[in-house]
Amino acid sequence: MGGTLLSLVLTMLGLLLITFIIGRVMPIDPVLKVVGDRASQAQYDAAYQAMGLDRPLYVQFARYLGDVLTGDFGRSISTGQLVVDDIKRVFPATFELATLGTLIGVLIGVPLGVIAAARRGGIIDQVARVVALVGYSMPIFWLGLMGLLVFYGILGWVGGPGRQGIIYDGMVPTVTGLILVDSLIAGDWGAFQDAFSHIILPASLLGYFSLAYISRMTRSFMLEQLSAEYITTARVKGLSERAVIWRHAFRNIRIPLITVIALSFGSLLEGSVLTEIIFSWPGLGQYITKALLSGDMNAVLGGTVVVGTCFVALNLFSDILYRVLDPRSK
Amino acid sequence: MKHLLTPRAILLASALAIAPAAWAETPADTLVVAAAIDDIISLDPAQSFEFSGNDVNQNTYDRLVDFDPLDMEAGFKPSLAESWEVSEDGLSITFKMREGVTFHSGNPVRAEDAAWSLHRAVKLDKTPAFILTQFGFTADNVEEKITFDDTTLTLHMDKPYAPTFVLNCLTANIASVVDKETVMANAEGEDLGNTWLNTNEAGSGPFVLAGWRPNEAVQFTAYEDYYQGAPAMKRVVVRNVAESSAQRLLLEQGDIDAARNLSPTDVESIGAVEGVKIQDEPRGRILYMGLNQKDPVLSNPQVIEAMKHLVDYDGIANSFLKGTFVPHQSILPKGYLGALEDLPWTYDVAKAKALIDEAGMSGKTITTKVRDLREYVDVAQALQASMAEAGLTLEIQQMTGAQVLDAYRARDVPIFLGEWGPDYSDPNTNAATFAYNPDNSDEAQATGLLAWRNAYAVPEAMNEATVAATLEQDGDKRAQMYLDIQKQYQAEAPIVPLFQRVENTGLRENVQNWNSGGSVTSVMYRQVTKGE
Repeated sequence: MGGTLLSLVLTMLGLLLITFIIGRVMPIDPVLKVVGDRASQAQYDAAYQAMGLDRPLYVQFARYLGDVLTGDFGRSISTGQLVVDDIKRVFPATFELATLGTLIGVLIGVPLGVIAAARRGGIIDQVARVVALVGYSMPIFWLGLMGLLVFYGILGWVGGPGRQGIIYDGMVPTVTGLILVDSLIAGDWGAFQDAFSHIILPASLLGYFSLAYISRMTRSFMLEQLSAEYITTARVKGLSERAVIWRHAFRNIRIPLITVIALSFGSLLEGSVLTEIIFSWPGLGQYITKALLSGDMNAVLGGTVVVGTCFVALNLFSDILYRVLDPRSK
Repeated sequence: MKHLLTPRAILLASALAIAPAAWAETPADTLVVAAAIDDIISLDPAQSFEFSGNDVNQNTYDRLVDFDPLDMEAGFKPSLAESWEVSEDGLSITFKMREGVTFHSGNPVRAEDAAWSLHRAVKLDKTPAFILTQFGFTADNVEEKITFDDTTLTLHMDKPYAPTFVLNCLTANIASVVDKETVMANAEGEDLGNTWLNTNEAGSGPFVLAGWRPNEAVQFTAYEDYYQGAPAMKRVVVRNVAESSAQRLLLEQGDIDAARNLSPTDVESIGAVEGVKIQDEPRGRILYMGLNQKDPVLSNPQVIEAMKHLVDYDGIANSFLKGTFVPHQSILPKGYLGALEDLPWTYDVAKAKALIDEAGMSGKTITTKVRDLREYVDVAQALQASMAEAGLTLEIQQMTGAQVLDAYRARDVPIFLGEWGPDYSDPNTNAATFAYNPDNSDEAQATGLLAWRNAYAVPEAMNEATVAATLEQDGDKRAQMYLDIQKQYQAEAPIVPLFQRVENTGLRENVQNWNSGGSVTSVMYRQVTKGE
């Protein structure tokens, strides 16, 4: 366990260092973002110094690391606020979206993959393959806009862009930052419905992409199991097909499946940028992208730490589950 | 086998589909606006210099003089200052403060607050400070130069500036009057409350800032004790929506009342939707072409002349810029004192080709950098095509805004295509950057001047004329001086104004008196009403 932790710390350190260097060699001048287009040279120089950019790179990085260790991620230049506060605000939005997206992906993707494998070549298998193919090849941007147009614009079934309808904006006190949860805590059913109507479309979109991946992986894991000898034995023993699939084959793919789901969740946390932009979702993806384009390195590094930590935590989590679930490791 | 999880999956899918419908119609006393507001860095009026930040300041603060949103043509009018008097020598202006006005905190608005606000802006010396310091104020002298007693405030300037110039500058965001007591109670160290005001507000304006979540939303509530009467809209919510198509959907569905960043295509198609209207307003921003004089080709006078004829003004404005820009060929936007509205240049490739041939420049290649914004790239490509016809090759490198700006400030962009927005409502704002450049050397580092960025050595006479126009006491004569400067500019300058921005705001039919700020200022909400 100690070895794992050490490698995690080194991973994070490496991640920060690389991000830091990329940020510094990027041909974007963060000072201009602070002082704007019209600043005089004196104002520019003052800001340059105030941001510590006049010091050697290693000093800047050492200082940054020192600050981070004390929990100080600095101030974002594109929002003017503390990066910690920014992330506290934007992370729950992404987390809520990614969680629901993964949930949808798992609830549909896993059974779909299992059935597709069980009835290889059948109609459901064909459908699953098309679903996965479309999920891989369709630009998320286009799909998102079409979804908005149809379900919000024409049918009016779901809420529009944003996390909440305007009349509910700011009405529910923030406890967890997850609006679905917060509105339940506040006992505000209307706010919950409103938040649900806003999240369901982007979450379904993300869910679709994770579904495409999860169902494909489930299918191939299952196929591998179903061709194994013990399955033939079970069948010969006269076990029902249902028991063979769920009690034997499925049980054996749970572990790799957890890793797949964890990975998929991680990539939704990090990769939902376009979805967030289309749906005006004030989350981490939008935050980091915008920060990157302004050369706002404190914000980018802060966001990197969060995403990196999530990946590391998810890996750790699936490692632990591995140990718990896999009888061989006991 | 048939009972595998499918029925449950179907059930789930259908449960997702019957999520509650969107809420139509915004409340009658609430104005809901969708806009790209991710440019806000600070809400401190002494620092804010971005469009959306200024929009917030405009509605939460008052200034000594202000615009009437229902009569923009009239120019500045008394606001916190009831009246003013210019001294005989023209070196000072004394303002009489209005009585009985209170800040949102309940504190009275005093001459002291107004003077302190100006002192503060000069001392903090953030980017927009030049709007005030151009009258001779410095951090060291400002307390002697801007004085007050119980009911009056006096500006003592270093030169007898045109009163219209001074007063126009006082309508700018940086001249907002802040509540000294409240701000100083929240000051940290020597920051004069800057950190606190970055995210808070201490004004006396028609709206109170109720909340700001960066990249997400700004909320206002009406200030019931506003000295001009409480606004009709009790609540204003500005939601950050970056995508034009998303703004359009929200507007069509009635979830918002105003959409501020619709693309030309969306403007066109939304015009036909029932219950929605489009309001066009000329804004102050000018799209121009800067020809870098360090480039041996572009510094040739005949090439400069030719370039002015290689822009298909009407064609571009009517095709891809449709409705978002109108041709405009002088440095002062329409709506400014002394703005020249002549359009002397026509699209004439044959003439341009002749000029380029005559100059012996045919066959030359120019490589330039253009911001990867669709409008600019489209204009650049149109220019590329017409330049090719005239014998010049234009190679375009697309870059992010920040990259192009870096290069531009380093005088490293051969043909710059981009916009310039005025900093305050006086003609000097553009004259002083387009037509003034006293030292064209690299060492001068006058990065704030457009003329310098294009290495344009402005003729001495034009530099002088630009300065002289700031000192002319007579308003009509002053306007004439600007007309003369612009004519000369059109004749010889290598910086070519092309178009003036038009803001097309999408509005619900019942929204009345919407005002984006015209060509001179920021959006105003206090006069907005919603009918049936």
